Amino acid sequence: MEKLRVLVVDDEPGIRSGVIRILKNYTIGFPFMEEDFSFEMLEAETGEKALEIINNDGADIVLLDNKLPGIQGIEVLEKISKMRLDTAVMMITSYASLDIAVKATNFGAYNFVPKPFTPAELKSSIESISKHLYLKRMTSKMKEEGKQIRFQFLSVLSHELKSPLNAIEGYLKIMEDKQVGENIDDYMSMINRSLLRIKGMRNLIIDMLDLTRLESGKKTRNLQKVDLNYLANMAIDTIKPLAIQHNIKIITEIDEDVTITADLDEIEIIFNNLLSNAVKYNLENGEIHFIVKRNNLGIEIVVTDTGIGISDKDLPKLFGEFSRIKNSETRNISGSGLGLSITKKMIELYNGSIEVKSKPGEGTTFKVIIKS
Amino acid sequence: MLKEKKLVLIVDDDLDYLFQTKHHVESFGFDVITAENVKDAISVLTQKPDLAILDLMMETQDAGFVLAYKIKKRYPDVPVIIATAVTAETGLNFHLETEEDKNWIKADLYLEKGIRSDQLHREINKLLKL
Repeated sequence: MEKLRVLVVDDEPGIRSGVIRILKNYTIGFPFMEEDFSFEMLEAETGEKALEIINNDGADIVLLDNKLPGIQGIEVLEKISKMRLDTAVMMITSYASLDIAVKATNFGAYNFVPKPFTPAELKSSIESISKHLYLKRMTSKMKEEGKQIRFQFLSVLSHELKSPLNAIEGYLKIMEDKQVGENIDDYMSMINRSLLRIKGMRNLIIDMLDLTRLESGKKTRNLQKVDLNYLANMAIDTIKPLAIQHNIKIITEIDEDVTITADLDEIEIIFNNLLSNAVKYNLENGEIHFIVKRNNLGIEIVVTDTGIGISDKDLPKLFGEFSRIKNSETRNISGSGLGLSITKKMIELYNGSIEVKSKPGEGTTFKVIIKS
Repeated sequence: MLKEKKLVLIVDDDLDYLFQTKHHVESFGFDVITAENVKDAISVLTQKPDLAILDLMMETQDAGFVLAYKIKKRYPDVPVIIATAVTAETGLNFHLETEEDKNWIKADLYLEKGIRSDQLHREINKLLKL
């Protein structure tokens, strides 16, 4: 069993002994880890003493009170961050002022645990900090071994996955306490919102898998003769139910004979992403023009909608990862923020190009060229 | 004696968080007005709230700071809470490196999103001196 050294820095003996009692016999296991973590507890009543212990013996996790008799917690944190140690610091404090929070974040504090806390809250914070520490060490090990890992991407991803979980958890807590009544009907809107957030999360996971497969290069591309006319009509069938719900008309202009050498899955993803955007960002009773034809450059795919459009300011952000355009018109539209980024990468596999023209309030046109 | 209810302004672009926070704050016995973005928040500011709870990342990463600044300029005595899910865990941070930045950002309290509702209640009462 791997032991993590936890240093509790607080001038109140009661807090120190309480934390030690809670964590002394606590162990954590994660499915992705071979060994469980247990904790070796150390304590210090001042910041000076804490720094001495860290200097001499080291510590993996520091639980740091901000209000201390000598130097303050935030200064201890600053010194730890300057030492560039592999130590995760958690501030245990009443809510800090913005100034301290900003400082603490800049000095790399992992999080804040508000006082007073329950044993369960402390354990869950320790669980998340242990996981963070483990992942951080794994990441730097992988980097040393020359394995690339997109840490920033994973961080944003975890944020994107966390917010629906928070929303759903919040609703469940309200239901658990029966806060708005005894009748299940009183909770219907909360249930529906929860289902919607789950759906969004599922889409994000699907998109993420597409992206991972694409980038790992592990998936062998299965290049074969594919009939774009057939695939285009399949994509229309997929999106039709949603289009009908919003009374959106799909007008098509698809060449009869457009057979190219390509990977079926990739073409499907390109068609599906373009068409589903054209429906999602359209208006009620709108129209979509969907053109697939061969020209002298290759295959041209054009999808035009009569939707809300995109402002010049937002256009450059469009193909970035997790770059959902946020405004009052898009707030009810669910999306992972990955679709167009994936589409663009797919198109690049064919030495192709994608361009976009848009006018707010009038609509958007995506034009794709695929070399064949 | 019937005392007038205090008014709390909540601004967040996550509809679910907005709904849940409103629900909790109303259950503490306050009146609530909500807005989903900076623009809407400013338009409801004609009515002076007793306290404001703002999300940090809305249209832009620092929309909450901008709004806090505007509220403080108009009503210097209204306490402002900035709530955010941004922590070291997400790999993002505030990017407030300069003293200049720190000087114009005025919030009375910084809260992590997802705190227990009784803690939120305590913090609000503290700021409203109840």
